[in-house]
Amino acid sequence: MEWLIELIISACFILGALLILTGGVGILRFPDFFTRMHAAGITETLATSLILIGLMLMAGWGMVMFKLVLILLFIMLTSPTASHALAKSALHGKLKPITFNEQSKE
Amino acid sequence: MVTAIAIARVSDLFAAVMLSGIYGLLSASFFVALDAVDVAFTEAAVGAGIFPILMLMVLGVTGRYEKIAAERKKARVKNVAVLMAMLVTGGLLIAGMLDMPAFGDPDAPAQQHVNIRYIEQSPEEIGIPNMVTSVLASYRGYDTLGEVLVIFTAAMGVLALFSSQLFSTGKPSIKSEKNDMHEHNVLRIVSKILIPLILLFAFYVQFHGEYGPGGGFQAGVIFAAGIILYTMLYGLDKARQVIKPVVLRVLCAFGVFIYGCTGVVSMLSGGNFLDYSVLASDAIVGQHLGILVIELGVGITIAAGMILIFFAFSHQAATQLGEE
Amino acid sequence: MLVMLAVVLLTVMLMALARALLGPSIYDRILAVNLFGTKTVLLIAVMGFLFGRPDFLDIALVYALINFISIIGVLRYFEYSDRKQIEGEP
Repeated sequence: MEWLIELIISACFILGALLILTGGVGILRFPDFFTRMHAAGITETLATSLILIGLMLMAGWGMVMFKLVLILLFIMLTSPTASHALAKSALHGKLKPITFNEQSKE
Repeated sequence: MVTAIAIARVSDLFAAVMLSGIYGLLSASFFVALDAVDVAFTEAAVGAGIFPILMLMVLGVTGRYEKIAAERKKARVKNVAVLMAMLVTGGLLIAGMLDMPAFGDPDAPAQQHVNIRYIEQSPEEIGIPNMVTSVLASYRGYDTLGEVLVIFTAAMGVLALFSSQLFSTGKPSIKSEKNDMHEHNVLRIVSKILIPLILLFAFYVQFHGEYGPGGGFQAGVIFAAGIILYTMLYGLDKARQVIKPVVLRVLCAFGVFIYGCTGVVSMLSGGNFLDYSVLASDAIVGQHLGILVIELGVGITIAAGMILIFFAFSHQAATQLGEE
Repeated sequence: MLVMLAVVLLTVMLMALARALLGPSIYDRILAVNLFGTKTVLLIAVMGFLFGRPDFLDIALVYALINFISIIGVLRYFEYSDRKQIEGEP
């Protein structure tokens, strides 16, 4: 049974690390602000959740796990709202995304 | 170091503020890597959080860009002087460092004498697990009193500059539409859930400071951060109705007062100033009591001070905006 | 395993820093700083486990909070200066 948990932990970590790396590369290479925000959003929510769940499984029951649960809840509440606020503010600041029409004109 | 150079070179002050936020964050990571948890805590809260926000407020009042190149020539002489001063100071620091023993060397003077006594006898004399708090609050309580007074004075200084209309209880003269983020409904609703939890967390950090990292400074900053979040989202006027600035002014002084009173009570009970052992019948209980009370005073003063500074800056920015 | 995670996190933080220095618009920079902040939260949590001191989690929580508040502060600053410019032009 122990090795199953270890396997899950390793899977969580590896998957989380992969997602974060793809998010990082995405931020550097995507052409537009809104697409970059999508890349960053993946790392913030899904990868963070995976890594925190892996850490939780490593820690076992107790105070440490409770604090990790708190951190996870907080991040899941705040980072989507922050992304939303950022996107709304960017639209308000008249930053337009690249749309399909413009691309087909080129 | 890259961030520091970037901060100095960028003439867009806003980018400088962002970069200094990253710099504060990197410092916090360094402190964590050096195993100095409490310092990392304070640095993360203040250097990467409150400091950029306050600087942004300053930017709202002043301009956003540094004075442009037309005046650069005059500035060049000054620049050279500043550079020389920096080089001399830096050189002296490096020279002093070369002479110092290696990092973490157990024979270093900083590790002997007083430190040994602190580390060995703190558990018996004071009895709380977090040694940083015991040094800060009890062995060096006098210094901490000075630190609290510094924050108090800073808040008073800002108030002396800025607070013409802040304390008037009449009708707010600024239309509230310009002040709050009323379009951001999602943010507002999420924050309504979060802010009570943030304040609760501040209380946890305050009273948990004896067992884990934390204590009065960090707790005050977290509490102020929660209130600042509320102010940013709901507008200064509503925030002023919720937390009256007059009350804040009194609280700011009250925290320092508590601290000083503890010291005086110690003196009246027969010990020295800020010697907590005489506060109760058992010396260790006295220490606990003293540390608890002064941390409370520190937390109150810092929270009130930070909120006051934020209110003052925000009010100033709003009046400037309304006048244009 | 944890060390690998820490290295990955540091790499992504460097990438975010590069984007913060490069990014053409201001919103790119804000996004990069936000990303940097959330990765730092993870990094502190992972380092806490590496060093065996679970007290670090308090710091991670505080930093998540501070990151969120800073981003909102920055956005508010932008709404101000935008309104200033929009209303300042005749």
